[in-house]
Amino acid sequence: MSALAGCMRAPPPVHFFAEGRPEHLSDWHVVFRDGGRLALNERVVPYDLNTPLFSDYAHKLRTMWMPAARAAKYSAIDPFDFPVGTIFSKTFYYPRADGGAAAVSRTYDQSRDFSGQGLDLANVRLIETRILVRREQGWEALPYVWNADQTDAELARTGDEVALDLVGAGGEREAFTYVVPNQNQCAGCHVTDLKTKSIVPLGPKARYLNRDYTYADGAENQLAYLQKVGYLTGVPQLPEVPRTANWIDASQPLEARARAYLEVNCSHCHNPKGAADTTALNFDVTTPVDRHLGLCKPPVAAGRGTGDHLFDIVPGHPDDSILPFRMATKETGVMMPEQGRDIVHREGVDLIRAWIASMPGSCGA
Amino acid sequence: MRQIAVASLCLIAAACGQQSGQSQPKGLSAADAAFQKQLQEQFLDAKPGTVIEIPAGKHALDRVLTLRANGVTIRGAGTDSSVLSFKNEISGPEGILVYGNDFTIENLSIEDTKGDGLKINDGENITIRGVRVAWTGGSQTTNGAYGIYPVSSRNVLIEDSSSWGASDAGIYVGQSIGVVVRRCHAEQNVAGIEIENTISADVYDNVATGNTGGILVFNMPNLKQRGHSTRVFKNKVFKNNLGNFAAKGAAVASVPAGAGVVINSNSQVEIFDNDIADNQTANLIIAAYYSTNYYNKEGVDPNYDPYPRSIYVYDNRFVGGGDSPDGLELKTLKTAMFGINGRIPDVLWDGYRDEKNLVNGAPPMPERICVRNGNAMVLNADGPHKYKNPSTDMAPFQCELAKLPPVELPGRT
Repeated sequence: MSALAGCMRAPPPVHFFAEGRPEHLSDWHVVFRDGGRLALNERVVPYDLNTPLFSDYAHKLRTMWMPAARAAKYSAIDPFDFPVGTIFSKTFYYPRADGGAAAVSRTYDQSRDFSGQGLDLANVRLIETRILVRREQGWEALPYVWNADQTDAELARTGDEVALDLVGAGGEREAFTYVVPNQNQCAGCHVTDLKTKSIVPLGPKARYLNRDYTYADGAENQLAYLQKVGYLTGVPQLPEVPRTANWIDASQPLEARARAYLEVNCSHCHNPKGAADTTALNFDVTTPVDRHLGLCKPPVAAGRGTGDHLFDIVPGHPDDSILPFRMATKETGVMMPEQGRDIVHREGVDLIRAWIASMPGSCGA
Repeated sequence: MRQIAVASLCLIAAACGQQSGQSQPKGLSAADAAFQKQLQEQFLDAKPGTVIEIPAGKHALDRVLTLRANGVTIRGAGTDSSVLSFKNEISGPEGILVYGNDFTIENLSIEDTKGDGLKINDGENITIRGVRVAWTGGSQTTNGAYGIYPVSSRNVLIEDSSSWGASDAGIYVGQSIGVVVRRCHAEQNVAGIEIENTISADVYDNVATGNTGGILVFNMPNLKQRGHSTRVFKNKVFKNNLGNFAAKGAAVASVPAGAGVVINSNSQVEIFDNDIADNQTANLIIAAYYSTNYYNKEGVDPNYDPYPRSIYVYDNRFVGGGDSPDGLELKTLKTAMFGINGRIPDVLWDGYRDEKNLVNGAPPMPERICVRNGNAMVLNADGPHKYKNPSTDMAPFQCELAKLPPVELPGRT
């Protein structure tokens, strides 16, 4: 295919498929192989989040595109109301590491990932790109898995597995299987209200987007930029816009960081209407710091996920708490989240342990 | 702290050091991988009216089968002939996970899931028939928690099905309304059959044996729905003396081995016309949430009702049992009251009652525990005073209650 030849001609414009399941990611023309880069097409806008979902240390390139003359409407709390024709893409990738095709780096450093606004394919390995498209009848999710040549990604409705070797800063290696979800598993996170049965975007909310991004012309607040380019209307004055903490920024308050982490990684199921509404354990942003958040709360259906502990959170005692136990294991049937990760997020576990350790009070019998 | 074995994915054959980008799931043969893919696509394409057939044979899968559609039937060729084996499961943790109404699953087996076997969440008009869920390695704490698990559902029929080896409850119905569990078999589980926070359930013609506790009717705190109105009748509940292998922290970990039928903080429960025999702690246990030892002010909804109310026990055939209770306190109690060769009476009540609600020193008539069962005795263990003054005075239990109506499941024969 011509992409391999590194040709510089412009791709066709982004194609919104009102129905159907295009077999190739390239059919969409959202992101495309351009010589040594994964490039973004015209009007495909990249974005980042204050606290991302943990996905086995994968880095992510997120983009949104809307048809001309259509815009989303700002909302303070919910995902924005996006127009029919909106296409989100999320490319999961890793910086390459030494030691074979399967070797990828475990790092938060993104400084070598980019070539312009796209990705530098000499430095990164593309794993999958997920498309979330707003059609007339609602959102649909389509997973695409990149081929070994990194020239295109193929639709993988039933998901996929990629064997990888995660290499840490000191050279230590952790082999794992990166699991691409199947189409019905997308809804496992993206249906946040069971009664609606509707897939919704999770990332593009005001409080997650309220931060700067370094665009081609320089750094700018993302909400201001989206309004400037006509993708978003109704953005209030920035000081009025909520902002979720950056979980890894040690200069921000511990509780805000922990709540951000739990909200982003857990609350799509653990909210009063989500798939885990049977558990009485909620991690969404409105949950008070009491039994609703798991303090001194006996588990409902954890099975051996209790790790032999009695309560979800024991203030002051992370070692006695179920929550960090389930985060710190990668055993299917014990681990939380149930899907979306294969290995343990060490820094996430550390954060939640520190937060629990800092909690006052006790679970008096 | 107990060591938890963390599954290393290197154990899945050839996962380590493999070429990247391969589509064939490790640990599955090429034939199984192809079957799984085709079956996954059927689940993805299912719409109202779809029948997904599971052919005879043992099919190895390594991922949960998720259904998100109404009006679908999953049909095997026979309970023991169509077997879905999740022994090598890497992503789940359930075997089959269903979000949909008007759903039927029948005539197949689900084995060795890492989590729950069959889970239906928020479904209406659910039929589970001829389904066997089993963990084939025996009763292990590492087995999944629930075998057959409808939750937050309405109009649920589970019949001619079975569960073996669940580390919490074999056939478990949670937070649902309108439920019938009949002609099922539960064995080798911690709890055989459990009705929890559910309104209107009939549990009848089942066999529960070889579990830690045979049939449980519980209410957990903090949940949106308090359960009530369960009838447990015409069941055979015998020899449930299996050592409790649930992980600590689960409510079911508080059930002593040798419990036939256990009612915990649930109300309007009728236990009648059952054969309950040889359960070594007691054939029937009636308890309040306090006896689980999980109660604490911070973690339990102040509006939670921890007491069992309106419990009616009549016309059961109790045989044996109570001769070797689980736990030091009950052993001591038994020996002290009934001698070394004696037995705990057929009905063991922990003695907790709502002291704020008494009328002339007794619970109001409609809320009493009533036992009209020939010579069967009740032991009030005096749990609130740490078993100091147990009593076999039957006077408080000589009463009758209005009988519950049968559960009607609309739209069924």
